[in-house]
Amino acid sequence: MLDNTQVERLEAEAVNSAKIRQPLYAPRKKIFPKRASGSFRSFKWLVMAITLGIYYLTPWLRWDRGPFAPDQAVLIDLANRRFYFFFIEIWPQEFYYVAGLLVMAGIGLFLITSTVGRAWCGYTCPQTVWVDLFLVVERAIEGDRNARMKLDAGPWTARKLALRVSKHAIWLIIAVATGGAWIFYFADAPTLIGEVFTGTAAPVAYITIAVLTATTYTFGGLMREQVCTYMCPWPRIQAAMLDENSLTVTYNDWRGEPRSRHAKKVQAAGQPVGDCVDCNACVAVCPMGIDIRDGQQLECITCALCIDACDSVMDKLGKERGLISYATLSDYNANMAVATAGGSCSVNPSLVRTDGGAFSDKLAHFHLRKIFRLRTFIYMGAWSAIGLALVYSLLTRDRLEVNVLHDRNPQFVTLSDGSIRNGYTVKLLNMIPEPRTIVVTMQGLQGAEMSVVGVDLPADRSFAVAAEPDRLKTLKVFVRQPADQVGSATQTFKFRVEDKASFETDEYTATFNAPEIAR
Amino acid sequence: MSNEHIDEVSGVATTGHEWDGIRELNNPLPRWWVWTFYITIVWAIGYTIAYPAWPMLTSATKGVLGYSSRNDVKTELAAAEVAKAKYAAAVQSKTVSEIAGDDALREFAVAAGSAAYKVNCVQCHASGAQGSQGFPNLNDDDWLWGGTAEQIQQTITHGIRFASAPDTRLSEMPAFGEIITGDQIAQVSAYVASLSGQVQNASLVEPGAQVFAENCVACHADNAKGNKELGAPDLTDAIWLYGSNETAIAAQIRAPKHGVMPAWVERLGETKVKELAVYIHSLGGGE
Repeated sequence: MLDNTQVERLEAEAVNSAKIRQPLYAPRKKIFPKRASGSFRSFKWLVMAITLGIYYLTPWLRWDRGPFAPDQAVLIDLANRRFYFFFIEIWPQEFYYVAGLLVMAGIGLFLITSTVGRAWCGYTCPQTVWVDLFLVVERAIEGDRNARMKLDAGPWTARKLALRVSKHAIWLIIAVATGGAWIFYFADAPTLIGEVFTGTAAPVAYITIAVLTATTYTFGGLMREQVCTYMCPWPRIQAAMLDENSLTVTYNDWRGEPRSRHAKKVQAAGQPVGDCVDCNACVAVCPMGIDIRDGQQLECITCALCIDACDSVMDKLGKERGLISYATLSDYNANMAVATAGGSCSVNPSLVRTDGGAFSDKLAHFHLRKIFRLRTFIYMGAWSAIGLALVYSLLTRDRLEVNVLHDRNPQFVTLSDGSIRNGYTVKLLNMIPEPRTIVVTMQGLQGAEMSVVGVDLPADRSFAVAAEPDRLKTLKVFVRQPADQVGSATQTFKFRVEDKASFETDEYTATFNAPEIAR
Repeated sequence: MSNEHIDEVSGVATTGHEWDGIRELNNPLPRWWVWTFYITIVWAIGYTIAYPAWPMLTSATKGVLGYSSRNDVKTELAAAEVAKAKYAAAVQSKTVSEIAGDDALREFAVAAGSAAYKVNCVQCHASGAQGSQGFPNLNDDDWLWGGTAEQIQQTITHGIRFASAPDTRLSEMPAFGEIITGDQIAQVSAYVASLSGQVQNASLVEPGAQVFAENCVACHADNAKGNKELGAPDLTDAIWLYGSNETAIAAQIRAPKHGVMPAWVERLGETKVKELAVYIHSLGGGE
């Protein structure tokens, strides 16, 4: 019989033992992006100024449309079902223009993504722009990365409390201004702003401000990169848009690896050493908190701040810029093949350089030519085709329309002299903000005459009616045909409307019913 | 429990339920889920206290907030009444011709009249007001008692041959089967049919004219155009309440049918009657 100590002890542990068990939910790790500076950062400041400028100022632009329409350049008038955009006015049935613009926006996004990657995410997405704005505030109050990390780790002092309260207060002010700007797109801005401040605006205005304040503050201030990584579907979809010729922010490990903080020592030992000095500047500036050197990842919004950070380090070291750069996967693969001698060894940066230290001419570089490929032509073609169709349709659309509803109960009425009468509801659409005189004429239907309910005119084949500006006019029209002229049980004829001043016309083909009797 | 079964892969106890070798893990519910569940229970209790909920013997608990969907409807209806009060007052104070002459007022009266028509009138005059045999078509321009808005209002107000209304429109065509002979009926029927252009036997039409002149002109007039004061129909037009052929005409001469229309003013009130009159007048036949 064996003694306790004699039993062999095996080296084994449950995969989910309490010691190593991890929670399914990973708590968020705080990110403290460092301020970057460089050409991409400058470009992003510019884009931020333009996009925020458009967002906040657009409702205040004026556009004179005469006395019968609002003078706000961009206005979504939900109460009256009109959408105004500078010289364009859209009625609800013309919503396809908006749908067309949305389709164009979608295809445009495909086009941009297939050429310059997630430029939308990195530069113009409201989430990115507002997070950038909130970071500006955070930096101004709490200092840059190190100061913020120290403050965050430190105990709650009066100073920390003061800094935090003022930061959140400014964030809330920005959030309120963001929600506040939104409502001005839906009503006359100068009137509404007075109402908002005097407490007389509609409840929906305050509710909208409250909701957008909450989302802006939460998404821009508190959730930030979590929105992009966990809430937004676009990072998942973009994989289908990118191909090997799309530009993405790339860490060029064919010249960076093996990275080393002690390059000289390693070099002296005769081992290969790359350009990356492992300073982590690229990680410190990243608003997503990722390391671009791990390769393409869905968290990367391609804001290119790591390029700025790395370039300034390369400048200090006297090395070529572009260790992190916009590059296509095909160029990257080609250069990796050079650096690894076709994959036969690990990255050896001496393979990409000549003996003099300059880059080898075997390296691939991005060429504008790569933008012009079948995929981008198809996107561009579809995008322009829809755009041209919209423009054509906009230039040729009717501003005067007629719609006719034929009475069905009863379909026809026999009058005392044996003549047949049909009733129609004629709808005249005067789609310009000016009063017009519209002439309604009958074409066809021999011998028939029209009369209009409420209009004291003798029956005729034509009558003029005053159409209010930018309104639908509904007329009840009776058409009467003498018994001896009635041809068959169903005849067709036209209602033609014309504006004698502008010569705009429209037609509607209507039917005229008569009893089925032998004639 | 000593016989608790532990799943080998996950190390989690199972519930003991097994289907074809598949066991259900007894994982605890996530905390947020449990708390949400508790909150919904608390919410539900609060809800039943705040709003009508618990069925009692004769009714249900009223709820401390005093909410009632009937009150909601009442409020909305009251708001609608207030919104149309301006028009309703105008309809009340103006004559039907004045209402018909005012675009906005006519539109209001036609909408209100149309609704009232659908409740009170469709049973006889049909949903499109086209009527049927014995029930006049209100779309056409042939009116037994007159087709101006006022005359229509008068007809709706007091009805036709409606015994209990003192001012009702009253007329009765005698049953000529007891006054003239069968031959004379055939002759006058042929004559009347010929008046609206129906081809007839001339040997009947000529004596028929004589019979007509002797018996019918008092009400239907010399030219057979009728008399709206008496509700006597125009016999020369294309519209026939009881049929246009000779047989139908003969039947009506022999033993006439007399339609009855109720007087509506007591039931609907003057305003509603005015709205109905304006609506009927707008159907296209109004004079």
